Amino acid sequence: MALEFRSVSKEFTTGTGQNLVAVKDISFRVNEGEFVSVVGPSGCGKSTILSMTAGLYQPTRGEVLVSDEPVSGPNAHVGFMLQKDLLLPWRDIVSNIEFGLEARGVARAERRDRAMAELKRCHLAGFENHFPYQLSGGMRQRAALARTLAIKPEIVLLDEPFSALDAQTKLLLQNSFARTISETGKTTLLITHDLAEAVLMSDRILVLSERPGTVVAEIKVDLPHRDEPLQRRVMPEVSDYAGQIFKHLKLEEKAI
Amino acid sequence: MTQVGSMETGAKAPAEVAKPVMSSQSKTYLASLALLVLVLLAWQFLPPALGVPKFIIPTVTDCLIEMKRMLLQEGLVGHTLSTALYTVLGFAIGSLLGAVIGYLLGMSEFWEKVLSPYILALQIAPKVAFAPLFIMWFGYNAMPKLLVTVLIVFFPVLVNVLQAMRTVDRDLVNLARAYNLSRWGIFMKVEMPSTLPNLMAGLRIASTLAVIGVTVGELVGGNTGLGFLISYGGGQANAAMVFNAIVLLTVIGFLLYTVLVRIEERVLHYLPKAQH
Repeated sequence: MALEFRSVSKEFTTGTGQNLVAVKDISFRVNEGEFVSVVGPSGCGKSTILSMTAGLYQPTRGEVLVSDEPVSGPNAHVGFMLQKDLLLPWRDIVSNIEFGLEARGVARAERRDRAMAELKRCHLAGFENHFPYQLSGGMRQRAALARTLAIKPEIVLLDEPFSALDAQTKLLLQNSFARTISETGKTTLLITHDLAEAVLMSDRILVLSERPGTVVAEIKVDLPHRDEPLQRRVMPEVSDYAGQIFKHLKLEEKAI
Repeated sequence: MTQVGSMETGAKAPAEVAKPVMSSQSKTYLASLALLVLVLLAWQFLPPALGVPKFIIPTVTDCLIEMKRMLLQEGLVGHTLSTALYTVLGFAIGSLLGAVIGYLLGMSEFWEKVLSPYILALQIAPKVAFAPLFIMWFGYNAMPKLLVTVLIVFFPVLVNVLQAMRTVDRDLVNLARAYNLSRWGIFMKVEMPSTLPNLMAGLRIASTLAVIGVTVGELVGGNTGLGFLISYGGGQANAAMVFNAIVLLTVIGFLLYTVLVRIEERVLHYLPKAQH
C-alpha cells in the first residue's frame, strides 16, 4: 500500500490563542514496499506528519491518502512506533505484543499465535513471559516493533525509534529492523534527525525545513543493501549523501 | 541473531542482588526490636522513679492488668471488633467512592475544572469537625462515625486517582486509539492500570486516616468502640484504659495498612523493586 500527502498543512491553536503552523503545503508519495526517511531540524513538524498518517488528527488543509483513500481516523493499515517503546509495564512481553489485536476481533488463540510468531521474528524468543522492566532498551524496542508488526499493518511509521539507544545497540537494531522490514515488504516511513541513519536505511530521503515544515529536498539513495545497514555503513558514498542532506538543512549557516 | 546474546545481559536475575539486602534487613529488624525493648523498659521504670502517679502515666504492667480487667468486665473484644468493623467498612466505602469519582472526574476535564475549587476546600476542611453535625442529623448510632470515616478516607484516594489520571502518558493513549480501542477499552487497558500505583498510595494513606475517623466518631457520640472507651476511661481518670484503647486502635490501623501493603506488592509486582 502506498502513502501519499497532497499539499498538507496543519495548524494548531496554542494555549495563548495563537495559530502555530506545524507543517505547510507538504506533498510526497511513498510507494508500496518503499522505505522513505524524513529528516529535518527539531520542531519541523516531523511528528505531526506521523500523527496525521496514523489518523490521530486531521490535516487543516490537503489530504493524507493511504492506498488512494483519505485517512479519516485510526485505521488498521497503519502501525506506528515511537522513541518510547510504549510497552505496558504491567503486561508481560507476549501480552504487550497482543495489545494491538485485542480491539480487532482476533480470537484469543490466534492472537497468541501471531504474537509468538512476531516475537520470534524480532529475536525475542524465550522472553515472552518477561516484564518490560526486565529487558534492556534494545530488546524493548524490538518488542515494540513486534507489537507494531503483529497487527499486520501495510504501512509502518517509525518516529525516531533508535534515538534513545546507545551507539552500538543502535547499529545492531537498525540492522535487525531493516532486515525484518525488508523481509515483510512493508511500506515504511522513518522519521529521524540522524542523517547517517536516514542514508543507511532508506530508498529515499525527504528533507524538511524549519517550522513551518515543508519539503525542501528529495534525495534518492542509490545504494545496495537496504536490508543490511551495517554493510552500507562502510561504503564511501554514505558520507556524500549525508553531506548533501547537511547542505539542505543549512546547518553550516547555523554553526557559530 | 548475534545481537541477542549481547543484549541478554539487560535481563538481570534479581536473586544475585538480594543477598546483601537480606542481612542489612535483619540488622534493622534487630535494631527496631532493641529500641522497642528500651522504650518499654523506660516506660515501666522511669515514671515510678520520677514519682509520676499511676493515673497520669501507668506503667506497662499496670496497663496489662487493666487490659485483663477490660477483657473480663468491659467487653473489650466487642468494642474492638466494632471499631475494626467500622474502620474496614468506612475505609471500603470511602475509598470506593473516592476512586470512582476520581476516575469520573479524571475523564472529564470540564467537570474537574468546575469542581476543583470545592474539592480543594473540602479537602482542607477538617473532616472530624463534622462529627457533631452528623450526630445531630442521624442520632447516636453507627451512622455518624461511619460517615466521618467515609469522608476522611474519600479525599486522599480521590486526589491521588485524579492526579494519576491527569498524568497518564498521552502517547500510550494515542497508541491505544490507533489500535481502535474504545473509550472504555482505553480506560480499562491503559488508564486504570497506569493509575494503580497512585491508587495504592492513596489507599495506604486512607487506611491510616480511617482509624482516626472511627475514633473521633466514637469519641463524640455512642457507647461502643475503642473511641468510646477512651472517653469513658478519660472521664474516670483511668489512664491505663486510655493507653490500652490507643494501643488497640494502632493495632487495627497497622493490620489494615499491612494488608494493603501486601496487596500492593501483589498488584504492582511489575515495578522494579527499587521504586517501592
